[in-house]
This record gives sequence, structure tokens and C-alpha cells, in this order.
Amino acid sequence: MWFEDVVFFAAAIGALAGAVGVVVLRNPFYSVLSLVGHLVALAVLFLLLRAQFVAAAQVVVYAGAVMVLYVFVVAYIGGSDEPLRPDESLITSFGPIFALALGVELCFAFLGSGLTAIDGRGAELGPGYGTPGQIGEALLTKFLVPFEAASFLLLIAAVGAVVLARRRRGLAPAGTAERREA
Amino acid sequence: MSPTWGWLILAFPLGGMLIVSLGYRWLPEGAFGWIASAAIGLSFLASVGALADMLGQPDSGRTLVDSAWTYASTGDFRVDVAILIDPLSVFMCLVVSGVSFLIHVYSVAYMGGDRGYARYFAYLNYFVFSMLLLVLAANFIILIVGWAFVGAASYLLISFWYRRTTATAAGIKAFVINVIGDVGLVIATFLLLDKTGALDYAGVFKGAQEAFTRDDGTLVAACLLILVGAFAKSAQLPLHTWLPDAMEGPTPVSALIHAATMVTAGVYLIARMHPLFELAPAAADVSAIIGTATLVFAATVALAVTDLKRVIAYSTISQIGYMVLAVSVAAYGAGLFHLMTHAFFKALLFMGAGSVISAMGGIQSLDRMGGFRRAMPFTFVTFTVGALALSGFPLMSGFFSKDEVLSFTANRGGAFWILAVLGYLGAGLTAFYAFRMVFRVFFREPVPEARELERGQLAHHEPANPATGELEDPDVGFPSPEHHIAEREWPMSTAMAILAVLAVVGGIVAVPAATDWLEKFLEPSFADSRFADVHPSDGGEWIGLGFGGLIGVLGITAAYFVYLRDRPLRLRLRERFDTAHTFLVNKWYFDELYEAVFVRPAAAFGRFGRRVVETDFVQGVITGGTTGVVRAGTAFARAIQTGYLRGYALLLLVGVFGLALYFLIVSS
Amino acid sequence: MDVAWFLVLSAFIFCIGAAGVLTRRNPLVVLLCLELMLNAGNLALVAFARMYGQSAGQVFALIVMVIAACEVVIGLGIIVAMYRRRLPIDVDRMSELRG
Repeated sequence: MWFEDVVFFAAAIGALAGAVGVVVLRNPFYSVLSLVGHLVALAVLFLLLRAQFVAAAQVVVYAGAVMVLYVFVVAYIGGSDEPLRPDESLITSFGPIFALALGVELCFAFLGSGLTAIDGRGAELGPGYGTPGQIGEALLTKFLVPFEAASFLLLIAAVGAVVLARRRRGLAPAGTAERREA
Repeated sequence: MSPTWGWLILAFPLGGMLIVSLGYRWLPEGAFGWIASAAIGLSFLASVGALADMLGQPDSGRTLVDSAWTYASTGDFRVDVAILIDPLSVFMCLVVSGVSFLIHVYSVAYMGGDRGYARYFAYLNYFVFSMLLLVLAANFIILIVGWAFVGAASYLLISFWYRRTTATAAGIKAFVINVIGDVGLVIATFLLLDKTGALDYAGVFKGAQEAFTRDDGTLVAACLLILVGAFAKSAQLPLHTWLPDAMEGPTPVSALIHAATMVTAGVYLIARMHPLFELAPAAADVSAIIGTATLVFAATVALAVTDLKRVIAYSTISQIGYMVLAVSVAAYGAGLFHLMTHAFFKALLFMGAGSVISAMGGIQSLDRMGGFRRAMPFTFVTFTVGALALSGFPLMSGFFSKDEVLSFTANRGGAFWILAVLGYLGAGLTAFYAFRMVFRVFFREPVPEARELERGQLAHHEPANPATGELEDPDVGFPSPEHHIAEREWPMSTAMAILAVLAVVGGIVAVPAATDWLEKFLEPSFADSRFADVHPSDGGEWIGLGFGGLIGVLGITAAYFVYLRDRPLRLRLRERFDTAHTFLVNKWYFDELYEAVFVRPAAAFGRFGRRVVETDFVQGVITGGTTGVVRAGTAFARAIQTGYLRGYALLLLVGVFGLALYFLIVSS
Repeated sequence: MDVAWFLVLSAFIFCIGAAGVLTRRNPLVVLLCLELMLNAGNLALVAFARMYGQSAGQVFALIVMVIAACEVVIGLGIIVAMYRRRLPIDVDRMSELRG
């Protein structure tokens, strides 16, 4: 339907704009906000792909929790407007070009005759496709091990973060090697 | 005939060597000499037993080959560890073991007080074992083994006083020249094996008759190579330079190895290989010419050199020239007869020289000796007996043997007459220099050492190198400060007395026209010779004898005039023939020639090798090159580890790009 | 509406994220760009799930979100620790891995 196409393009533009914003904006706070916008656009795209639960999770968990964490840290760190030193590195100039090359190549892959297996229309979908029920059933039957592993990983990450960032007594303010490699 | 005798002959010296060398910690010091002498004595008795056994057999049954085990066997080719017992080898065993026994007994006293006493006797027994192995070998392999062992023993004994640099240099020189001979012998063996397919004597000789025509190129080459080996071992031109230097070793060593036994190995070799040499007369003629040339050359040098031992050394070279000449003109019996008598009187001369040098407190120069007649009567008598035998004085053993050689040579006729004439010339020179020694050492005014000895006291000097004069300490590796003379030590005088008797009566085994025991005995070994029936006539022999005796007496008389009667004559002669004298004293400059032609280029090549090949090429290019390559590689790898996060990210990205590209291409 | 468009979009987002990782020096922003790349992956996964009519892709995407969360936690922890120790918050200065 044409409606879907319009929504698709709008969400796509939003996502791209958000992505570019993350990369380009100088102030890290603005970058975070740009990413939040990107995530919301992505949630819309998920909806278009009949992934309701994933879309909801995206908004609630990703944009809602992870990004808030980011905001906290950015507020704590302060972020810098200007780079510490003018950037003379070659990578800054040529990095985007490499990325562009990769993008072009991937487009070739997707759009060219290489991926003949891609069916434009998509398969026939069952009734419960994308619903929380089906996702939950999959998580608890077919994908139980990854589910449990992921939860274990979360635990480790939490502990790790506390260990990393705790305040340690008796540590002198560190001085670093002021060398910078090109 | 029982082969056990042969194995016993070998076993006793080997056992003696093992006992002395392994048991030197537990046995008392004085026992070694007697143990070693007993071992050789038993070996001599075993040789006598073999002789007796052999005499009980008819002529045809006097050859026996016995093998202990098979050394190598491939296909239909076999080499055994085998010994050959025939008249020639038994004769050699008797001479070798007999003279060795007497020299061992002499050494028991002479080497007393030396810190290396046990080592000396172990080496000496090892040498006798090797020589007997060489002589008893039944095939080329064992021959070469014995040959090499003998060379090694010679090296060990020449550099016995190893802290003397002159001794070690002499040992190396002897060994290098010996190795040249070894190479010749080995290559000759290869050639013979290739053409005849056998390594045992019987097989080779039979095969040679079939495979070669007279004077066949390969056979002549093989024979010439055998001659290279023989000349290196027997110190003939041009491989003779090691023998005078070998006098650095103890005097009994000079007596045993470099007079009586090892240097005769070359003569034995030619005699043993006589079927080959008779089939290649060209090689035999070369051998005869070189033997004669050596004979004359060495006699001339012996006229001029002043070191007592070196005079006797050159005399040895000269006399072996006679033996080589004899076996080259197919006078095998004569040559071996001279070998035997030479062993007697030369060993005797060396023993006497050892006694005199001890009396001189270690000094060996003729210029400083004189008048020992009254102080050392026994040594004087025995030394003179030896000198008379050497000169061919009538009725001595040397008289019969030397003149038999020369009359056989003349009998061959043709060009051999020249060789015979040169041989007689050499005999005259021999008589002259022999009595040069006698008159200078024992006659004329007694030197201080002799006077001291007359009063009953042995002279003592600071221990020093007799050649260079540098001082030495008497610890291990240098000669001991004790000096032993024959008048005071009964082992020395007993051995010398026995040899003196043999030197006088030894001729009896082959008086021409009267006894021919030796000829008859050796006949079975040389039955296949083409010249087996070529004898000078009795009349011819008697003329030769008379002529030879006359020359001997003339030589002695000339020496008498020059050295005793008319003293200024000697100095006048030296002044008139100054250049000739210098030429002779410098041994015809052979050493200098070899130094320039061989030694310097070899040393330069060695230096070049070290500088360019080793240091520059191997170390620089190969080792340095490979390490350089590795270093460059690791430097490159190190350069990637920048720690720069964005660089790593870029690498990741490039990798993903490449991977995707690969899959893209593969799937299209 | 072609599923392929979603994939193309995913590729673009991925590349923009990659460019950001290479270009920015503030580690916070680098982590954000990393999030971009992960999201691009998520999009592709869900698109493929739609294409084959299976929910495995969506489950996978959920797990990816969990991973992303963990990674963000640790990354931010590191950055906070760096800040506490008064180290310069600059990716180019963090070169302890230099060999």
C-alpha cells in the first residue's frame, strides 16, 4: 500500500538523519539525543516489519533505559565541545571514504544479481507472528540457552561496571604518556 | 699350520696396551715397563712358535689365511678381518717383535723418571700392535687399518713431550705427510677394487693377472699411488722431510719406529705387492730410481748435519733407499735381508746415541761432543760395532746384506748398472759419515762432560730444548731431568749387547754361496715372481762383496784422515766447498721448498677462508642475512602494533570489506 | 515495499556508524556510533525474519539488544573510571596496547 511506503520513507529519512547527527554533531549530548531520535525511527521501521514486540522493546529498553544511562554519563563527564587538539590524522579524512566504499559494496550485494535469494515480497506470515506471545514462547523453548546466557551476561556486566568505576582509596591522580600515534 | 699363532702375535701387544693404559692408576710405577716388555716378549715367542710351526710344513703348505669375522659383505663381495701367515709375514713379525722387545727393555731404564712413563709404554705397545697388524693383514682393508694406526702411533710418540713446540710441530709434519701416503694407498685400493673386484691379496693378485696387461695404465697408476704410500711411510724422496724432524721424539722411539720397523713398512708393502709391480715394470723402475736417488741424497746430507740423531736419521733414509731399490729390482730376499740387518745395527746406533746424549746431559750436537772413549767404554764398543755394520765392513751383517742388494741390482743389467754404481757410491759415503760420528763422539779430546763422567759423575745441564735452546721445566710433557747411560743401567746394556751380537753374526743367514737359509725360507712368498730364478752368479757375488768391502774400508780410512789425522783438513775442506756444505747442511733446501710451495699457500688459503668465507660470507651474509630478514619482518609486525584505536578499527573495517568482497565474487 | 530496501537502509546506517567510529575522538561518541552499527544489524535481522516468516530473527534482535546494553554498561564504566583518574578522554591517547 502506498501508505506503508510513505511511512517507510519518512522513518528511513529520520533514521538516517539521526545517524548522521550522531556522527557529525560536536556536542556529545546532542549526539545522544540524535541517537534517541534514530532509535525511535527504527522502532517505526520494526513496526512496518511486523515486529511489534521488538519495536516496543527498542523504545522502552534501548531508547528508554540505555540512552538515559548515556545521558547520565554525559552529564557527569561533561563532554567537550571542541576536540582536545586539532585533528591531523589521516583516518579522519579517509575514514568516511572507506565507510562509503563498504556501503557501496553492500548495496551491490543487496541490489545486484548476487543475492537472488532475496524475495522482495516476504513470506506468508502466520497469525501470531511478531506478537509477544510468540516471542516469549520462542525464548522459553527454542532459544532458552541464549536467553539464559544473555541474562547471565547482564549480571556479569553489571558487576563489571561497578568494579570498574568504583572509587579506590589511595590512588594518586594518574599521569599519562603524552605521546600520540598518527 | 695353526692360525692361533698369528692371533696370539697380535693379541699380546694389544693386551699389553690395554693393561697399561687402563690400569695406570692402580699399578705401581715401575711395573709398566716390564708389563709392556713382557707383552712384546710373548709376542716374539708367538712369532717363534709360528716359525717353528711353519718349518714343520712343506713349502707348498706355508701359506694360511685365517679370518676372524666378516667385516662387510654385499652381494657376492666380502671383506673379512683376516690375517695372512706366510713366510714373509712371519719374517716381518720376528724382526718387528724381536727388535721391539729389545727396545722396550732399553726404554725401561732410559725413560725412567719421566712423568709420562705409563703413557709411553702404552703408546709403544699400541705401535707394535699396529705394525704387526699391518704385516699380518690378508687384505687391503686391514692393511690400511694397520697403516693408519701406525701413522697415529708415530704421531703420538713423536710429540710425546708435548709441551715442546718443536716436538708437536714435528709430529704434525709427520702426520700430514703420512696422510698423503694414506690417501695414495687408499686411492690405489679403490682402483684395484674397481678393476679386480676383490680386496684380499690372493683375489687381487689373481684378478690383476686377468684384468691388466703389462704396463696397463690403470695398473701403473695404482702402483704409483701405492708407491706414494710407501714413500711417505718410508721417508723416501720427496716425502722424506718428516723423518729428521721426528727425532724430536725420545731416542728409543727413534730407534724403534724410525729405524727398525715403521719406516720399513713401505718396503714390506712393495714386497707384498710384487705381483702388481712385476706386472707394471714402469712403476717398479720409478721406484728403483727414487730409491737410488734417495740413497745418494740422504748420504750427502748426513755428511754435513751436526745433530747426532739427525745424522743417524739421514742414514736411515739412505739405507731404506737400498731396501726400496732391492725390492724394486725384484731382489726381494736381498731387500728383506737388508731390512733385518738394518734393524739390528740401526737400533743399536740409536741406543748408543741415546746413551751418549744422556751423558751429555741432553745435548745432541756433534760440535760439542768428543772423547767419550774412556768414559763410556761399553757404549763406545757397541756403537762402533753398529757403525762397522752400517759401513759394510767385511764379515759384518751389513756387509753381506748391502752387497747382496747391489749385486742383484747389477745383475739385472742394462740401465740398472747406473743404479748399482750409485749404490756403491752411496756405500762409500755411508762408511764415511758413519765413522764421522764415531770419531767425533768417541775420539779426540774429551769434552767437559766426558771428563766429569770419567770421574764418575754424570753431567747435568739446565733442561732445554736441544734444537732451540729454550729452557724447559722437567714436569709432565717435557723430558725428565734424569739421564741414564748404558754403563749404569743393565736393561740398556743388555739390549745393546744382544743387538751388537746380532749385528755381527746376523749375516750368517745369507752368506752367498754358503748359506741361503733366508732365500729358501722366503721362497714360497715370492714363488710367483718372474725373477724368482734370476740370481747373480756366485762369482759375481764374490766380486761384488770384495768391491763393497773395499769401498767400506776406503770410506772409513777417509774419515780417519779427515777427522782424526789431519784436523785442519776438515776445516780446509769446509772452506773450499763452502756453498756445497751450506747446501747439504740445509738438507738441499727441501724444507724451505715445501714451505714455500705448500705451507704458505695453504696458510694463506686458510686465512682467506677465515676472513672471506667464514666471517664475511657465512656470518655476514648467511647468518646476518637470515637474521636481518627476520628482524625486518618483526620490525614490520611491530610497526602495526600502534595501540591506536582508530587504526585498529580501520583494519577491522578493511577486513570486513575484503570478506564481503570475497563472498560477493564467489556467489556471483 | 521491498524487503530489500530495509536491507539497503541497514547497510547505510552501518556505514555511517563505521565512519563515526573512525572519525570521532570522544570515546562516548565512539560508543554511540557503535550503537548505530548494532542497530543496523538489528534492522537487517528483523528484515530477514520478515522475509522468511520466522521469528528467530526477532529473538536474535532482542538478544543483540541485551548485548548492546551490556557493552554500553562496561564501556561507560571504563569512561567514568578514566574520568575519575583524570585521564584525557581521547581515543587517540589511549595507546597502552602499543607493542
